[in-house]
Amino acid sequence: MSTDAPNPTEETCETGAAPSRRSSAARRLLRDPQAVVTAGLLLVIVVLGLLAPLLAGHGPNEASLDAINADPGTPGYPLGGDGSGRDIFARLLHSINTSVVSALIAASIALAIGVTAGLVGGYFERRVRGLTEWAFSLIMTLPGLLLLIVLMPVTGGDYRTTMAIFGVLLSPGIYRLVRNLVVGVKNETYVDAARVSGLTTPRILGRHVLVAVRGPVVIATAFLAGQAITLQSGLAFLGVGSSAAPSFGAMISEGFLNLYEEPLQFVWPSALLGIINAALVLFGNALRDTLQGAQPKPAKIVRTGPEAAAPADAGPAAGLLTVEDLAIAYPAPSGELQEVVSGVTLSLSSGETLGLVGESGSGKTQTAFAVLGVLPAEAVVTRGSIRLDGRELLGLGEGELRDVRGRSIAYVPQEPMSNLDPSFTVGAQLVEGVRAAATSRISRRDARARVLALLKRVGIPDPERTFRSYPHQISGGMAQRVLIAGAVASRPVLLIADEPTTALDVTVQAEILDLLRDLEKELNMAVLLVTHDFGVVADICDRVAVMRHGEIVETGTTAELFGDPRHAYTRMLLDSIPGDAVRSDPPPGDAAGRGPGPSGETVAKEAR
Amino acid sequence: MTAPLLDVDGLRVAYPGRGFRARPVEVLHGVSLTVGEGETLGVVGESGSGKTTIGRAVLGLVKPSGGRVRFQGRDITHAPARARRALARDLQVVFQDPYGSLNPNLTVGDILSEPLVVQGASLKDARARMRALLDQVGLPANAPERLPREFSGGQRQRVAIARALAPEPRLIVCDEPVSALDLSTQARVLDLFIDIQRRTGVAYLFVSHDLAVVRHVSHRVSVVYRGDIVETGPAGAVTSEPEHPYTRRLLLAAPVADPDEQARRRAERRRLQDAEIGQGAHG
Amino acid sequence: MFLYALRRAATGLVLAVLVTLITYLLLSLSFDDIVRGRLGPAATPESVRAMKTDLGLDRPVLVQYFDWLSHAVRGDFGISYFTSEPVGPAVASRLGVTMSIVVVALIATIVVGVALGVLAATRGGAVDRLAQSASLTGYLLPNLLIAIVLVVVLAINLKLLPATGYTPVTENPARWAASIAIPVIALVVSAVASLTAQVRGSMIDELRRDYVRTLRTRGIRTRSVVLRHALRNAAGPALTVLSFEFIGMLGGALVIETVFALPGFGTYAFDASLQGDVPIIMGVTVFAVLMVVSVNLAVDLVNGWLNPKARVH
Repeated sequence: MSTDAPNPTEETCETGAAPSRRSSAARRLLRDPQAVVTAGLLLVIVVLGLLAPLLAGHGPNEASLDAINADPGTPGYPLGGDGSGRDIFARLLHSINTSVVSALIAASIALAIGVTAGLVGGYFERRVRGLTEWAFSLIMTLPGLLLLIVLMPVTGGDYRTTMAIFGVLLSPGIYRLVRNLVVGVKNETYVDAARVSGLTTPRILGRHVLVAVRGPVVIATAFLAGQAITLQSGLAFLGVGSSAAPSFGAMISEGFLNLYEEPLQFVWPSALLGIINAALVLFGNALRDTLQGAQPKPAKIVRTGPEAAAPADAGPAAGLLTVEDLAIAYPAPSGELQEVVSGVTLSLSSGETLGLVGESGSGKTQTAFAVLGVLPAEAVVTRGSIRLDGRELLGLGEGELRDVRGRSIAYVPQEPMSNLDPSFTVGAQLVEGVRAAATSRISRRDARARVLALLKRVGIPDPERTFRSYPHQISGGMAQRVLIAGAVASRPVLLIADEPTTALDVTVQAEILDLLRDLEKELNMAVLLVTHDFGVVADICDRVAVMRHGEIVETGTTAELFGDPRHAYTRMLLDSIPGDAVRSDPPPGDAAGRGPGPSGETVAKEAR
Repeated sequence: MTAPLLDVDGLRVAYPGRGFRARPVEVLHGVSLTVGEGETLGVVGESGSGKTTIGRAVLGLVKPSGGRVRFQGRDITHAPARARRALARDLQVVFQDPYGSLNPNLTVGDILSEPLVVQGASLKDARARMRALLDQVGLPANAPERLPREFSGGQRQRVAIARALAPEPRLIVCDEPVSALDLSTQARVLDLFIDIQRRTGVAYLFVSHDLAVVRHVSHRVSVVYRGDIVETGPAGAVTSEPEHPYTRRLLLAAPVADPDEQARRRAERRRLQDAEIGQGAHG
Repeated sequence: MFLYALRRAATGLVLAVLVTLITYLLLSLSFDDIVRGRLGPAATPESVRAMKTDLGLDRPVLVQYFDWLSHAVRGDFGISYFTSEPVGPAVASRLGVTMSIVVVALIATIVVGVALGVLAATRGGAVDRLAQSASLTGYLLPNLLIAIVLVVVLAINLKLLPATGYTPVTENPARWAASIAIPVIALVVSAVASLTAQVRGSMIDELRRDYVRTLRTRGIRTRSVVLRHALRNAAGPALTVLSFEFIGMLGGALVIETVFALPGFGTYAFDASLQGDVPIIMGVTVFAVLMVVSVNLAVDLVNGWLNPKARVH
């Protein structure tokens, strides 16, 4: 993660204040009205079906000439009789049973096959998985409903056999779900840790893997049941299978023929089928929300409303960038705003590098994003001012900001790989940026030439090749050079670098820092460098601002900060650096005289 | 001279190549190292150097394609699953990511008692042991009922350390155990590692990319570069007067938190770089 | 890319052969019943045996299958047991009806699903809720019911569209469009929900990625960031959903053809199946599998074109 986004739980947890509630999924489900209503409805329907022999006065196929198209309310025929003189009420109740049995057969077969194969295919590598993949892609290619119709001579019209085959046809969905989950879990280090702890494979599968799979499978089952019921009624509507089993589909089909004379005959089964299916889908959705947390909410990438901040009175603007009393807040779950940056003030001149230092959650990245105008849409700038060359940036619209971004202010991110679009070549993305940031229209060809020159400038050995490469084809160090090239393309006056070397190896880091230093001189840029690494600060920064809990606790030149830190927090951070301390107490097993190591104080600053 | 606790000799590991009929890619080309009782051997290297693979091969999580791994005098290179499970008493692990290494669905209590119970401890003993462990790593006594997500990164890493300590192992493989932590948390967790070692005499195979961290906890240090150990020696010597050019480059590249010293190192690094380029031109 | 396509196509053909083989093996279980059904109540064991010999059904099953296959690869799918018409042309002519419905519905689903999904993911709030509930409503009801309700409302009550029948596009494009309108709407309404949900979900994920922010800092327009970059990366999972939807629509079309009395693939298969007309059943299976295989192939190719990583492997 490249954002140290506000995470209020982090702090509360450290103090142990967070209540420990493994509130069971069932209890949470009971608090969800959608789940309660739909589950209750389904339960009532199932019970009605089970009680059918008791509730209905007639058998589902019992026909009586007197009851043909009987009106609702006819004694013994609460919902009337159908065109063949059968009791509609009785047929409805028995149809419930047909649906329930269909759902049970199809879902349990799909689950039995899908889950077993998914666990096996997901947990074991290569050959086994190759085999299961093949088998299921074969099943997936089968045109389901058509095959069921085609195989009618084989199934002999019994809907239960048909549903069993349908279960097999549904199993690839479950297989894929389980397999993906298992592969994901298997790569988690906690499964490695369990293996190292001496757990057997079945125990790992049962305890660690199945637990992760359980929730999604339960959810999928609700949808499977719905599909099975829909399919069964569709087949019965077509007239596939024996007419002995009462079913919604058959009733709908009969009602459809009789639609004008007796519309109710059509309405009853349709309504009940619709209700069952809707209840299953809505129950499945409620289950998903409960077990997997609410579905991700869309986050607008651009803030549409006006910035809430009122510019502070325009004081003397010293330097290129001045940030005054900047405060950023996020809405907490309770609805009120929670500040993550509270009154940050800093200034930066051309040709100067300011280090913004702090631990995760200190608000340093939020400050940087505010300057770039790319805070998430839910963030609120509650007060303060950000001025570039005297121009207030807060409150600018997206269009005006676009003129500033890329041209005057540029950005180098932390994680090189995730900051390149994986679907476009390096060259295509850079060309698009160059053309967007250009003040006058520039042809694709000129842009391409410019990009190639830039790639060469940032130290890429074969610019043509890198230009044609996709992000996954280049190394992390190269990707970071590409991003730097993209940032400096329009000769910005301010460069914001957010932990630009954290994801890189130290030898690459040194080269990237050299490059940034050279570019800063060459372009006379101001650089705002966000970092947690005091080594990087010592290497490249002229001045430093130390942040903690959204506030700047200390600002000064780099020499001052390292030589004479004033704030206790800064001192604590500096003391936490392992630095040159080298361990010097000998291992206890050293009696044999293996390995030298001067005795003395345990952790000594090495003399230089 | 007694045999070392862990003796890795000529270890080779190859991963199957990606794609159809691709050749296997060898990531370790014959690595040898030893760890003594109660000793910390730091293994330092850059990403892709194979340092993590060494630890995983020792733990049996990857199959070596050559060489030998001896633990407590026994050859465990290709130990079968049953022997591996028995080894769990003496050989444990702490991983880098304090988020991924704890099952989010289990309480801390379940996570800690699991290894004890599979080793045959009664539930009561396991619970008593758990209390002692929590105390040892500095976690609150109510931790067992809570889920990993209720803890911060540093605390989660303490849980992972407690889990590793549970069966009173002789060796813990530590794979970048502090890399994901904040500076101040990192310092406290490192001190915890040292403290536990002094009290229990456990040995560490401590894998990290961070020279300063390795120097802080290790008695001896091995430097891995592209699947080979290029240099091994006492921590002080390797990290201040390295013999191998790669170690020297690594040392000079790591920035130090002292502007003047850093400026000196930078100049030296650039000089070294230019010299190498010059050499390259002649060669 | 070409090799990749070739390999995928080869896999598809192998799948088609396997599926027809399985179908044939399953059908062979009920050859006796089929023959008996054809002979009617007068069937005797002798006459059944004689007819099986006549139809070549007394040979070993694998021999029968490979005999069928060797003819099929040459385009000869045999003749119907009952009508004696050649199966290939008969199936092909009905394919037009089904494909008109399914392909038009698929395209409409893509357009509506992507639009709703992107809108929901980028606008949020009320737009999001509206788009989600609109697409969910279709999902809640079996498409059988949706089709019937549409017929009743649009065709019978409002008389806007014909309730039944089919006009080939070559005859009268306007009438063709009108004749497939309700079936298409019925299919789209029930298929669009899952696509919308998938597009919305993966767009939300995609818009949170780091590269989206970085592109914005370069001064690139939001519209380009959303539609050119994020949507392209979100398309992969949506395509997978789409290939499932196609199979679902093929099934849905069978039901709907019956409701609208359209002379399509489904009604043909249905009648053949009731009668146990083995050559037609096999012919229908081949065409259906080939359609599924080619749609999967198309999805794979589009995926490879969209995603450079998939292209390499």
